[in-house]
Amino acid sequence: MKRVGEVKSSNYLLTKFQDLVDWAVNSSRANSLWPMPFGTACCAIEFMATAASRFDFARFGMERQAFSPRQADVLICAGRLPFKLAPVIRRIYDQMPQPKWVISMGACASTGGVFDNYAMVQGIDTIVPVDVYVPGCPPRPEGLLYGILLLHKKIKGESLFDAVKRREEQPLDDKGLRLPPETIDEISEPFGNSVHQFRSS
Amino acid sequence: MTSSSPVPGALRTEVARDGETIVFLAADRLLEAMTWLKETPGQEFDYLVDVTAVEFRDRERPLEVVYFLRSLKRRADIRIKVELPATAELAVDSVWSLWRGADWLEREVFDMFGITFRGHPDLRRILMWETYAEGYPLRKSFPLRGRFSRAEQVRQALNVNPEANYSLEELSIAEAAGDLPDDMRERLRRGERGVIPEPPTAA
Amino acid sequence: MSKRTVELELATPGVDAEGRPARVPLTATGEPKLAEEHMLVNIGPQHPATHGVLRLVVELDGETVVRCIPHLGYLHSGFEKLGEYRHYNQIIPLTDRTDYLSPMSNNVGFALAAEKLMGIEITPRCTVLRVIACEMSRIISHMVWLGTTSIDLGAFTPFLWAFQERERIYDLQEMWTGARLTTSLTRVGGLLADIPDGFVDKLRHFTETFPKTLGEIDRVLTRNAVWAGRTQGVGALTAAEAINYSLSGPMLRASGVAYDVRKDKPYLGYETYDFDVIVGEHGDVFDRYLVRLEECHQSNRILQQALDRLPDGPINVDDPRVILPSKTRAMSDMEAMIFHFKQVMEGVKAPVGEAYVGIENPKGELGTYLVSDGTAKPVRWRIRPPSFINLSALPRMAEGHLLSDLIAINASVDIVMGEVDR
Repeated sequence: MKRVGEVKSSNYLLTKFQDLVDWAVNSSRANSLWPMPFGTACCAIEFMATAASRFDFARFGMERQAFSPRQADVLICAGRLPFKLAPVIRRIYDQMPQPKWVISMGACASTGGVFDNYAMVQGIDTIVPVDVYVPGCPPRPEGLLYGILLLHKKIKGESLFDAVKRREEQPLDDKGLRLPPETIDEISEPFGNSVHQFRSS
Repeated sequence: MTSSSPVPGALRTEVARDGETIVFLAADRLLEAMTWLKETPGQEFDYLVDVTAVEFRDRERPLEVVYFLRSLKRRADIRIKVELPATAELAVDSVWSLWRGADWLEREVFDMFGITFRGHPDLRRILMWETYAEGYPLRKSFPLRGRFSRAEQVRQALNVNPEANYSLEELSIAEAAGDLPDDMRERLRRGERGVIPEPPTAA
Repeated sequence: MSKRTVELELATPGVDAEGRPARVPLTATGEPKLAEEHMLVNIGPQHPATHGVLRLVVELDGETVVRCIPHLGYLHSGFEKLGEYRHYNQIIPLTDRTDYLSPMSNNVGFALAAEKLMGIEITPRCTVLRVIACEMSRIISHMVWLGTTSIDLGAFTPFLWAFQERERIYDLQEMWTGARLTTSLTRVGGLLADIPDGFVDKLRHFTETFPKTLGEIDRVLTRNAVWAGRTQGVGALTAAEAINYSLSGPMLRASGVAYDVRKDKPYLGYETYDFDVIVGEHGDVFDRYLVRLEECHQSNRILQQALDRLPDGPINVDDPRVILPSKTRAMSDMEAMIFHFKQVMEGVKAPVGEAYVGIENPKGELGTYLVSDGTAKPVRWRIRPPSFINLSALPRMAEGHLLSDLIAINASVDIVMGEVDR
């Protein structure tokens, strides 16, 4: 049935060219992420469980795990990150080509977790920028999958044409830090129970 | 082990709460006693279970280096302790020559407590990186969160070269560490770059 | 660095002073560069075949390993320091995170040491449940080992099978403790909780069906030419060397030393269970694989026996100074509330002294050494880390093998970096 003067039809779509490109590129990016598993501790075991047959994150386009940072676009830091490992994750991050994203899996990677002590980085966001934090100690595979889906959402909302939104490479400053020292001190402050842990007897 | 311990250099014996015999040895006779324990028929403690150290909260008490020995043949255990006063030099003889298993265990004690093992072939830090400048973590005087601010810790950590110990020259020198002049050995002990990161100025 | 001289067996005819033909040997003036140069290869800390964040610097002559230097500490988390600031019961969640492949038996190891220090006798039901926890842990730990090692050596399918079995044990752990991985099962003097309804049936079903998977793994790997070729005669250690390097667990037994803490220094009544200590013959990677595979069968046997004998009764000791009163009692009974308050605020105090308890963990002898000065927090909490000590023999085992064998040898140690670096 035709009506004279009808402008809108379900058979075509008006959009900006930029949006079309963004949609096409970002959907492709989001739906075939190549994860680089930076598995250090307990979370790596849950990461492996997520990759194995029951949970199988290949269903979300992550079929190919890249064990080389140069062929990866999402760094999944699974597990705690001691200071000794800090330069390593920074180098791995630097070696990844843009665009790249980081998932911080678990309490230790996100905040230092129970390890508020001399050895542990209090959150990998003091070393590299993080897109998605997955809480849990360790997160269940479902939790990690949810984090991955959140990352998909984030990627689909990005734009190729907006230079502000597209995160630039964040090199270390002359002190070798990513953030100002005051900021690092602030986000590394003890919280929760670890405030009281100084009584040693 | 009988209660009248014939171990050479034994100062006194105690019984731990788990029923094990603890023999306290004079530090200078450690190696002799260990050799005796390993090789004397009837003792034959051929298996080194663990080496560790204890520092008490009471700062007056000496540090203890603890050796757990086992005789696989006799299925018997013994615990050996050497007391080191915190004021004196923290050094004992290495038992590396008797048990290869002592290699990393002694390195760990050195790393965590700063106790030197004389005669150890490769006494470097094992868990912390070699330019780690905050001290020995398991000492009671070491604060739980470390000595430096978090920002300073991050800065020092990021400035460590992740490719340390990655040249043949350096490895060869490290192997011959015993024959090197003191300054060079010191430099190697601190790390391949020879630079200890500057501690922060007093805030 | 070793320099080699190269002798060339070339000679050229010449004439001597009297004009007779003579053969003058030729010597090479310069040394060929290729033979002289050793190559360094860095493996890790981020490498899928190092089972964590281990870093190996390997000096190679061609493809042969001349020297292998492990660098550790990339996962050093300060457990032992942290333990000095925690009550005994607060340390138990930390023990999950040392050897995170077998969290339950770590919990048990710590609880046994704390109980020995305090002189607590646990109840019969708790003892059997802890045996079940230990053996479940052994199975899942060996399953990870099998899965990852088979991936390292090029077989992907056993990984999936092994992880399916792990998921079944994870389900059981989740039923019991509410967590898949970080179980925090034990408390000083008892357990977090009794097993829920249906647990026994589900575990029994597991013990009946698990040997089938083991049989499949055995069929795929044991007589597989590739598997045997990559593992037999690789990384062999004699019994004397294994003892001298203080190895423990399957590493020690694969070299022919029949030492098993469960048999030789029994805890949790292991002497009353009927199981065999599996001993290898050659001490190579293949024997370690066989030992671990067969230990899974033995663990399965122990699990079945434990299920058969599981007694009724309380899981916690009847001592209000050690075990928290129930929430109902703490809210209604003044005395119980005081005990609750004292335990939460002050913790369980241990008498002055020290105790060491070694248990047979999947990786080897996990020792827990506790020193107390009479307060509620230990002066020293030392973990004897089996995989750290086992790993210290890696340079010795890798010498003279090919680089690709190094991967197999490293895998055979069954390291877990959380425990190596602590």
